[in-house]
Amino acid sequence: MKLIINGDEQIFDHPVATIAQLLEQLAVPVARTAIELNGAVVEQHQIETTALQDADHIEIVSFVGGG
Amino acid sequence: MFENQLNAVDVKRLQHDIQTASAADVERILHKQHCTLSDFPVLISPAAAEFIETMAARSRQITALRFGKIVRLYAPLYISNECVNACAYCGFNTHNPTPRTTLSHDEILAEADVLHQQGFRHLLLVSGEHRTHVPVEFIADIAHSLRDTFASLSIEVYPMETSEYQLLADNGITSIAVYQETYNRRRYAELHQGPKADFNYRLATPERAASAGLREIGIGALLGLSDHRLELALLAQHAGYLMKTYWKASISVSFPRIREAAGNFHPSETITDRELAQAVFALRMVLPDAELVLSTRENQTFRDGMAGLGITRMSAGSRTNPGGYSKSDNALEQFAIDDQRSASEVASMLTQKGLEPVWKDFDRFFLS
Amino acid sequence: MQTTLKSFHSLEVAELKELVIAGRKFTSRLFVGTGKYPSPDILRQSLAASGTEMVTVALRRVSLTEPDPTIAAIDFDKYLVMPNTSGAKDAEEALRLARLARTASGLDWIKLEVTPDPVYLLPDPAETLKAAEVLVKEGFIVLPYIHADPTLARRLEDIGCAAIMPLGSPIGSARGIKTEEFLRIIIEQASIPVVIDAGIGMPSHAAQAIELGADAVLVNTAIAVAVDPVLMAEAFCLAVQAAEKALLSGPIEQQTRATASSPLTEFLE
Repeated sequence: MKLIINGDEQIFDHPVATIAQLLEQLAVPVARTAIELNGAVVEQHQIETTALQDADHIEIVSFVGGG
Repeated sequence: MFENQLNAVDVKRLQHDIQTASAADVERILHKQHCTLSDFPVLISPAAAEFIETMAARSRQITALRFGKIVRLYAPLYISNECVNACAYCGFNTHNPTPRTTLSHDEILAEADVLHQQGFRHLLLVSGEHRTHVPVEFIADIAHSLRDTFASLSIEVYPMETSEYQLLADNGITSIAVYQETYNRRRYAELHQGPKADFNYRLATPERAASAGLREIGIGALLGLSDHRLELALLAQHAGYLMKTYWKASISVSFPRIREAAGNFHPSETITDRELAQAVFALRMVLPDAELVLSTRENQTFRDGMAGLGITRMSAGSRTNPGGYSKSDNALEQFAIDDQRSASEVASMLTQKGLEPVWKDFDRFFLS
Repeated sequence: MQTTLKSFHSLEVAELKELVIAGRKFTSRLFVGTGKYPSPDILRQSLAASGTEMVTVALRRVSLTEPDPTIAAIDFDKYLVMPNTSGAKDAEEALRLARLARTASGLDWIKLEVTPDPVYLLPDPAETLKAAEVLVKEGFIVLPYIHADPTLARRLEDIGCAAIMPLGSPIGSARGIKTEEFLRIIIEQASIPVVIDAGIGMPSHAAQAIELGADAVLVNTAIAVAVDPVLMAEAFCLAVQAAEKALLSGPIEQQTRATASSPLTEFLE
């Protein structure tokens, strides 16, 4: 399965079913993480249920220090 | 000399500017951070009357910044009511057929002692104009006797030469007060007879005194003799001139309103409390460094209200007849007092208003 | 910030209006940014020393190889953590960032920053207004970062922003309050809180901002890049408190205004 994550193409041997699973695989916490799937914002409560498909564009965004 | 500046004033134009100032003009000036003398005609105008509350607040602020929350107290000590002049408005008018007296050296010291007990450390020695009864040397002697007990000795007597002021200064006189009364030459001529009729000589008196090194120079106009707004404008200019030319001297400004005196002089106009208040605020705004003086000629309510709003010096517990403090008042008083309170009562009033009454400004020790 | 003057004898005592933004009350008038600190631990200590109740954060792509430890240093329960839209060059990008930020923070608060110019990072007024309008409609609590433009401030207030954040001088420049004349006007005209943001370099600048009448100040660089950020944070805390006390003590500056409640010239009636 091919996914474009934060602008980089990544190949997964086994398909990643949902965003939640992807985050788990990448060791990214769900809390305080924002997700954009193919340009659309994914609400927190949708992370568990939103399915991923081949060639999906995903932005995984979180907070960093800023003014 | 100020005479030159005064002669150059276009009086008609000045009067016009004062009378035709608009509310918009006033607002424009009130928006300025700092006002200058050229703003005075607008501030003293009838149009500015409705802005009196704002002017009061500004005046209060400027006064607090420059002077702090103080009011300096002084007492007038009348040493003689002899006078050779015939000023139409004055109780000491030579034609007034009432008892005249000149206190002796000791009597003056007795008066001074009473005042000292009351807390005063600033005296204003006052007399009419009479060089025979009150010669310069006599004043010098008194000053010499009093200089150790009074930090500040002012005189309000007759105009003198620079050398005479020098003599007085050497003997302990620190300041003088000499009011032009009116800056209107024609009116001045109508009102005065005797040596005082010399308008120019009187006008230059503050300058001669300042040249002799006297620390504080007091000028003033007697309101009610002529168009008071115009008089105040010229008075303000006079103060400004003196401040600029004699920068080592402190200038004080007085604006007594004519009060009833023996002889029944009728003033040409009546100045209301509001108008006088406006004058004080306007003066404070354009002359932030000038001492503004209110005497016991003014009523209690007015004085209480004005303390802290621009007035920095007040007399208290005053007697305007020679011997009035230590003896009973047989002799003629110069003008009727309105605020009859004692010095300590006035001081209490000031304290209650959050102001500090100051009896002594500086110690002579550091000066001579 | 409004102060009401009470007359007491002839002396005046001021009351500071409480700082409330979008119904949330703040005791501290110092807001702190979390960028540019030398370490997460220093960040944590600095925030504590500042006494702040509101911190700002930015939104960036998560690094999949090196997790950012900064955020772990921020106590999301102790502080109101407000995301900003820094990096947005136009309204579209700002909207995108704001919407993402909301899902991550769970809060509606957003500091709207639209800065197309990467050199001075000055805010784009047109794009800011455009984005603010949409965000307000979408239920965000919008705090727009703007130049000290009184007209723009009024328009943003009109469309429903929760506060205004005019700059003191360019971001990171530490030049202090250079826009004073216009900040005065904004403060005079605003009915919503005014938080002076950007360019504050020293505690005295923060004090100046509060004394000017600002409801709060936002400081980041001045604290983060000081040699001792924790001590600097404390200094800023004290400066803001000093300014508040100064205003409460009825300073001479405030005494120019006459108050209707007890006219100074009443005695002349």
